[in-house]
Amino acid sequence: MTTIERPAYKVIGSRPVRPDGVEKVTGKAQYAADPRPQGVVFGKILRSPHAHARIVSIDTSEAERHPGVLGIVTAADFPQAEDKVQDLGEGAVNLRELSDNILASEKVLYRGHAIAAVAAASPHEAEAAAQKIRVEYEVLTPVTNVLDAMREDAPLLNETRHTKMMGGQHSERPSNIAAYNQFKAGDADAGLAESDLVVEREFTTSMVHQGYIEPQSSTASWNADGTITIWTSTQGAFVVRAQVAEVLRIPVARIKVIPMEIGGGFGGKIPIYLDPVAALLSKKSGRPVKLSMNRTEVFEGTGPTSGTVISVKAGAKDGKLHAVQATLRYEAGAYPGSPVGAGAMTMLAPYDLEHVEIHTFDVVVNKPKTSAYRAPGSPAAAFAMESVVDELARTLKIDPLQFRLNSASKEGTKQVTGVPFARIGNEEVLNTAMTHPHYTAPIEGPYRGRGVASGYWFNGGMQSSVVVAVNPDGTVNLVEGSTDIGGTRASLAMQLAETLSIPYDAIRPIVADTDSIGHNDVTGGSRTTVASGMAVYQAGQDVIREMSSRAARLWSVTPEDVSYEDGVFHCLKDSTKELTFKELAAQGARTGGPIAGRASLVARGAGGAFGTHIVDVEVDPGTGKTTILRYTAVQDVGTAIHPSYVEGQIQGGVVQGIGWALNEEFVYDENGRMLNSSFLDYRMPTALDVPLIDAVIVEVPNPGHPYGVRGVGEVPIVPPLAAIANAVADATGHRFTQLPLSPRRLIEELDGGD
Amino acid sequence: MEAFDYVAPRTLDEVYGHLNNGKRTLFMAGGTDVIVQLREGRRECDLLIDLKRIEQLTSYAFDSEGTLVIGAAAPLARIYEDVDVRRRLPGLVDAASLIGGIQIQSRASLGGNLCNASPAADSSPALIALGATLVIASVSGRREIPVEEFFLGPGRNALEPGELLVEVRIPAQPPRSGTRYLRFIPRNEMDIAVASAGVRVQLAPDSDTLESVRIALGAVGPTVKVVDVTSLAGRTADSATIEEAGRLAAEVATPIDDMRGSIIQRRKLARVLTIRAMEGAIERAKEIR
Ligand SMILES: Cc1cc2nc3c(=O)[nH]c(=O)nc-3n(C[C@H](O)[C@H](O)[C@H](O)COP(=O)(O)OP(=O)(O)OC[C@H]3O[C@@H](n4cnc5c(N)ncnc54)[C@H](O)[C@@H]3O)c2cc1C
Repeated sequence: MTTIERPAYKVIGSRPVRPDGVEKVTGKAQYAADPRPQGVVFGKILRSPHAHARIVSIDTSEAERHPGVLGIVTAADFPQAEDKVQDLGEGAVNLRELSDNILASEKVLYRGHAIAAVAAASPHEAEAAAQKIRVEYEVLTPVTNVLDAMREDAPLLNETRHTKMMGGQHSERPSNIAAYNQFKAGDADAGLAESDLVVEREFTTSMVHQGYIEPQSSTASWNADGTITIWTSTQGAFVVRAQVAEVLRIPVARIKVIPMEIGGGFGGKIPIYLDPVAALLSKKSGRPVKLSMNRTEVFEGTGPTSGTVISVKAGAKDGKLHAVQATLRYEAGAYPGSPVGAGAMTMLAPYDLEHVEIHTFDVVVNKPKTSAYRAPGSPAAAFAMESVVDELARTLKIDPLQFRLNSASKEGTKQVTGVPFARIGNEEVLNTAMTHPHYTAPIEGPYRGRGVASGYWFNGGMQSSVVVAVNPDGTVNLVEGSTDIGGTRASLAMQLAETLSIPYDAIRPIVADTDSIGHNDVTGGSRTTVASGMAVYQAGQDVIREMSSRAARLWSVTPEDVSYEDGVFHCLKDSTKELTFKELAAQGARTGGPIAGRASLVARGAGGAFGTHIVDVEVDPGTGKTTILRYTAVQDVGTAIHPSYVEGQIQGGVVQGIGWALNEEFVYDENGRMLNSSFLDYRMPTALDVPLIDAVIVEVPNPGHPYGVRGVGEVPIVPPLAAIANAVADATGHRFTQLPLSPRRLIEELDGGD
Repeated sequence: MEAFDYVAPRTLDEVYGHLNNGKRTLFMAGGTDVIVQLREGRRECDLLIDLKRIEQLTSYAFDSEGTLVIGAAAPLARIYEDVDVRRRLPGLVDAASLIGGIQIQSRASLGGNLCNASPAADSSPALIALGATLVIASVSGRREIPVEEFFLGPGRNALEPGELLVEVRIPAQPPRSGTRYLRFIPRNEMDIAVASAGVRVQLAPDSDTLESVRIALGAVGPTVKVVDVTSLAGRTADSATIEEAGRLAAEVATPIDDMRGSIIQRRKLARVLTIRAMEGAIERAKEIR
């Protein structure tokens, strides 16, 4: 762990037990499928068997007569949503398309697209009744691959969609290319022409899913007074409230969203799927309605991340990266909005180079609408770029980390957007990786190889709001509004404990519902520990100010004559007078009533971060199987508030990256039907497939944050794809440009099966 | 999933009383295939007969001739945890301890694995290599067939209406023999075999010559493929012979391309797994037990 001029913290950097830990390990924690409000009934969604079809008619009459049925909804029950774009935190959404994605109106655009929903007394009755809804389709030819979808003669998902060009104009012809953009600096053609070595390759990645363990579930109650209560699994209750309000066209004030504990999200639980449907079913049936997905519905009906085709042409000059030309084509799924822009803006972040030209295409295909997935857009772009960088370095016989160091971005380096970096830890991370015992150890043996790669993520700020209430016994309630996914109750409580100079155990963090706290953006973009941490810091300062004035009142001095240090208020006018935090807390009633602090903010200066990974692999030439022998992930985290949870985030990101690199992919047949919509055949790594991942924490404090925190959760999924591909290239002598590096692909590409 | 009746008889006679009455009837041993299939709507039934309460079907023992007689519904974990079984039949343990994970193995049975008749089932190539037979019973009597004759196609077995599988019989293994079962999966657990191979070799007293070889392949055809390796008898147990066995295996394989594997990959795996399983079997044959 590299610590650079770090203040002497008392709580930050320790490893206390998380406040929600006991409830979770004892099975008492309440997840979205758990609440059973009085009179609850069950819903089931009918989904499209076709990847692309026009809905000619929907006949629900037979289903309505099925025993136990209490209500049926279709898109016709939705008010016409507005054709406007709403920012969800990690990605924006057009509300009409959102509405159409929740229940299809005119066309179904992917297999699994929801069409109607039934509420019935039991789940079995709902399921049987849903099968009795008669839908007449005019089946259309699907297009499931980004290159096919870009062809001029491709079947169009939406005949009225034209490509949105830079500057806002639209293409003349309708197209599946929803948007085209470019980023330019210097002169890439000239830069490549004067390079010592140029490598050009095209890379393909498959659509992959976040694979959270808890399927989506939502329970809604449309109450007699016209208010709606929703218990749901989400990364952001306020964003659910806003989306439901827009889709149903009712004011947010009438909707209360209660965020339950969440069994993973990774970006996939930002958009809504079930909530407004459950609400409408509740309105029709007069009962609370529970809608839960099964795993197949999660795979087929929720948002994974894009499959991509990325071309890169890169030149090196004088042992450094000199010029890059790239074209990024990302599948958006059924509606526009892939993370291709983020791919373009992150892929060159580790480098300081003069000549850049990147073209991006956001392309709709007949697959589920993509949603955010951990560092959305960055891993696939890094796979392409870091593979090419590896090839440049190896061909030039320069150590691949040294090559990166020669070309490394630093404070002041201009990004592809033209915005210069603030203080970043790229070089510190590279130096730490180069001297790590893993990197200095030899790698020997046939079919063994080592790979490295770097990765970057911006990290988000956005809105947070917290309230801190001091109890008379000196404990503190911390009321926040961010779903706790990766241990943020702990990381926020720790920052508050540090600010207030009181023990961690004295703080009770509570994740409140949307009626009980100001707006909080999603837990996404690695923002919560950063942004809600800033809010917690400011609210803590607010409490100290308030308590100083209470002490001043007791001591008959002005608040300026009170100082607070190490948990004790001192009177500057009389050194015999002092009160501990706890003692003063007990004086609340006598000094002006309950003591509270608050803060609401838009966090700026979130602080981007870099990771560099080192991996050793062994390939079995007989079976094509790649075994991860050793994995080291070095990452700048700014300040590790709770090092165990930071390590956990890094390890978790790497595991998902290993899955993406080696086996995970959505497999489709020619009709656009997903063939592997189960955890048996969608092969995420199991505990036996990954070694212990050594997470190496580098701390280059973020100057934009009171405790120097940078976002942690997303960076670690960026480098693994390329690091593993580079290691496999080292082990086999063959450069793979298509993911996943499944045994099948290795066998077929390495020796054609001989 | 539709509602169905459930019974858990204690004797085979009670079972017979529930059969031949026109109801769509399914047996359940561990339920690790059948429950999943019912829930996913891949199968339907009016009556589910739980076989786990029938002592004869859930016990196992070596008889006086050294044959291991396993009740068709006995849980895998109990079999492979038995020290005698581990010592005498490591080839069976290879397969039984691979199926699913610990939770699955605590319920799943050999009978269920065989009756489900998946071409990728892990027990069948191993049992065929071991020369096992199956005892099938009905109200009118018992019959016994070799395992390799039990499979008719994917999901189809040789049971007639009114019949059930009651025993798996694994004969005492010949002297100087060894059996090894290997499968390939892309992950290290929770996966279905992309291809698999069970191999038994018996060495001649000189320990260098092959007296007999049995090879069975999984997941490279609609049913388990038995490889004709009579040509290998009498040959030296060296790498050339083992390579030859691998070549013969790849020739017999008639795999399909599907989401779990390709033809090229499966044919290569048939060869590689046969070679590796044969090496393991020879090693075991040379061990003094
Ligand atoms: C998570 C998971 C992982 C798995 N992994 C593997 C694996 O790695 N390898 C593998 O081969 N399989 C695997 N399986 C499949 C399954 O576990 C095995 O096939 C298991 O051996 C089935 O045994 P069972 O006792 O549970 O069968 P059941 O589900 O009870 O029965 C299976 C079929 O056989 C019939 N049947 C059962 N007993 C009799 C009888 N005595 N007579 C007539 N018919 C009968 C049933 O009607 C049913 O059709 C896995 C399953 C799951 C859920």
